[in-house]
Amino acid sequence: MTARIERPLSPHLQTYRWTLTMALSIVHRATGVALYFGTLLLAWWLIAAASGPGAYANVQAFTGSIIGKLIVFGYTWALMHHLLSGLRHLVWDLGYGFKASEREALTWGALIGGVSLTVLVWIAAYAIGGGR
Amino acid sequence: MTAPNSSKTMRTPLARVRSLGASHSGTSDFWRQRVTAVAMTLLIVPVIVVVLMLIGSNQAGAKQIFSSLPIAIIMLLFIVASAWHMKIGMQVVIEDYVHNEKIKLASVMANNFFCTAVALASIYAILKMSSGV
Repeated sequence: MTARIERPLSPHLQTYRWTLTMALSIVHRATGVALYFGTLLLAWWLIAAASGPGAYANVQAFTGSIIGKLIVFGYTWALMHHLLSGLRHLVWDLGYGFKASEREALTWGALIGGVSLTVLVWIAAYAIGGGR
Repeated sequence: MTAPNSSKTMRTPLARVRSLGASHSGTSDFWRQRVTAVAMTLLIVPVIVVVLMLIGSNQAGAKQIFSSLPIAIIMLLFIVASAWHMKIGMQVVIEDYVHNEKIKLASVMANNFFCTAVALASIYAILKMSSGV
């Protein structure tokens, strides 16, 4: 174990041609990490609601601002995308959808579905809130 | 997989039967990741409905909504499932990218602290509102 043997290295990510499923695999992880830190916003909101009117007004001021709205919109998309992309993984876990056409379809479905659901939720939110 | 010839393996028959592997926890994280994922898939529609119900309401209104028993239970279930799910997920990310053993240990520990703190703070807030304090 003294001499270091030069073994052949397995090719890494940059060697391969980018495919849709590869890109979406990283997006799944990135949205997961974003949602992880996004729970701070959820916890802040719940604690504020439990604390009192002043604390809750602070949250509403933040979520009503442009930056706040962008963050919450991004959070909604990350959640919807991660949900559908995760369901895709559950399909694969069960052993289905491994044909090239099937995995492409599942991946496009997660991508388009995630954006569509995000827009739908925000339309519902504006319809209820009257554009708050 | 066919059973390996016992004379050619270092693994004891007990270890093979337990099939927990080098981590001593087997596939429990993999399984819990899926259980919490399915739980959140079932809970996502009610949770979105709750969030939509809260739009435009002030603190008193929000507190009123959270004091409803079914809503409090839906939120508590979602918080527990998501905290557990994200704890496992972030640990996988850390183990993939952090190669320094000490920094990895500290990161995994910090991940546990973060997820526990976020979950407990959220659970406390829900319980406080639903008990009407």
